Amino acid sequence: MGCNKKALGALIGSVFMAGATQVLAGSSASMMANTCAGCHGTNGQSAGPASPNLAGVSESYFNDSMKAFKEGTRPATIMDRIAKGYSDEQIETMATFFAGQPVHKAMVPHDAAKAKAGAETYDKSCAKCHDEGGSLPGDDAGILAGQWLPWLEYSMADFKAGNREMPKKMAKQVEKLSDAEIEAVLHYFASQK
Amino acid sequence: MANFTRRKFLQVTGGAVAVSSLGFPAIVGAASKKVVVVGGGVGGATAAKYIRMADSSIDVTLIEPNTEYYTCFMSNEVLSGHRTMDSIKVTYEGLKGHGINVVHDTVTDIDAAGKKVMTAGGQTFAYDRCIVAPGISFANNIEGYDEAAMTSMPHAWKAGEQTVILRKQLEAMDDGGVVAIAAPPNPFRCPPGPYERACQIAMYLRAKKPKSKLIILDAKDKFSKQGLFMQAFERHHAGIVEWVSSEKGGKVTRVDAATNTLYVGDTAHKVAVANVIPAQTAGAIAIKAGLTDDKGWCPIDGRTFESTIHKNVHVIGDASVANPLPKSGYAANSEGKVAAAAVVDLLNGREPGDPALVNTCYSVVGPHDAISVAKVYDLKDGKLNAVEGSGGLTSADSSPEMRAREEEYAYSWFANIKKDSWG
Repeated sequence: MGCNKKALGALIGSVFMAGATQVLAGSSASMMANTCAGCHGTNGQSAGPASPNLAGVSESYFNDSMKAFKEGTRPATIMDRIAKGYSDEQIETMATFFAGQPVHKAMVPHDAAKAKAGAETYDKSCAKCHDEGGSLPGDDAGILAGQWLPWLEYSMADFKAGNREMPKKMAKQVEKLSDAEIEAVLHYFASQK
Repeated sequence: MANFTRRKFLQVTGGAVAVSSLGFPAIVGAASKKVVVVGGGVGGATAAKYIRMADSSIDVTLIEPNTEYYTCFMSNEVLSGHRTMDSIKVTYEGLKGHGINVVHDTVTDIDAAGKKVMTAGGQTFAYDRCIVAPGISFANNIEGYDEAAMTSMPHAWKAGEQTVILRKQLEAMDDGGVVAIAAPPNPFRCPPGPYERACQIAMYLRAKKPKSKLIILDAKDKFSKQGLFMQAFERHHAGIVEWVSSEKGGKVTRVDAATNTLYVGDTAHKVAVANVIPAQTAGAIAIKAGLTDDKGWCPIDGRTFESTIHKNVHVIGDASVANPLPKSGYAANSEGKVAAAAVVDLLNGREPGDPALVNTCYSVVGPHDAISVAKVYDLKDGKLNAVEGSGGLTSADSSPEMRAREEEYAYSWFANIKKDSWG
């Protein structure tokens, strides 16, 4: 890390010095991210039944989502209104907090038979970008594994209705799938623990 | 590097530090810092939990009379029969799991100079910082509305037994009866609450007692989410719900509990069920402890929620003057976190950082139909400030599908805020 002992010592000194002057650049990441917990759960681990987990989502996914809500390019009930309260820098600060949380896989109610059928569709049509059952933050495609089912359904309804733009690769795959196959694959994602 | 850090420690703290045999610096002789939280509602519970999450070396005691707590939010759905009392009940087991010392007793006074809290059970608790989250108490704006009247004309504005009384009265009334809600003047707990309540009770009436009516007698001429509620009254509750503003004869000034009559001046409304919500002030302990201003609410510093009257005492939730934040459950949760962070910083000799707050409030106004209001808050020029351009209401032309989603998000709000506060 190439850290400088002297500088580090000074930093530690200032942190422990009572009332020492501290550089305060706005609110801290946890201060801002904790305001989300009333709907998205403590540390972004949602208790459902619909609000999505934020814990473990990648910084770029969080940033893109919030900026899209803010600009009105992603459909929303309330997040468009809330996102308008933050600067891009504040959004980026919150993103670091949620990216640092362990991925939360809740016990999401789902239909086991549909989830089983959905596994095949997943392998065929989704796995390339939503790797490991949709559990990898590095995909930058949100965390779909163990995600709350109504939210998965709303998201897909928005994609299908053309209210939210799909990445080209996704659009190509979704086009080939029947409604039943899509429903099944959402149950598959919800079932992932 | 470890050596350097240790030496720096000794230098800075002037010898109040010893080095353990393992080579880690440890503070010796300094008892852990003590925080006493007065009140185990959403604000108090959240503050206690978030202090322990941020710094588990702080000794936190939460004092709350009730062993079980019923949330005000979603209690309107108990009135419509859409949910049970059990579903709005929380316990303190979750907080105990965070290492919080939960004491079931009633705080009778706070000695701000001596930094201690006294209880009805004869206990005394010393503190370094005290967080007071006392909720509301009722003012005497309606003649004849005393303790006895509350049992026959329930306010149901603190959930629990009062909620049960009102629900039982609704169940017992005959089809064709009139239900009156006397809505309070500003400021009061949960500004959209009386109007969501009207919607919830109206759903019950339409299903079970369709000849009945509900009249809102209001001490105000306008109210929270008014346009959206008026739409909802029309959409779902036409012919049942009627709102009467103060200037049109809605301001209840007197009640007669013996005859279940509400008076607006000389005009009498004799009704089958009377839900009387009086004007409000900060909870009784805040008044007793001298934390209130001449209007009966607790002025605070927006950065830390520390009382501007008594040092080392922070006041959060409905009792505080936190304008422009409303007196809502979500605001109390958000304020609890700000106070917790400030207390942790102050007890560790750091300057508290900038606060960040949010309010999000849902009202379930019909079957699969909910509306919301939200806002983001920060500190500007030392004062709490609503961030320009943030938040606002559900759009008036929001589709039924989007309002159905909002209902699911309302229930998500409920599940998560309960767990975030008490879990």
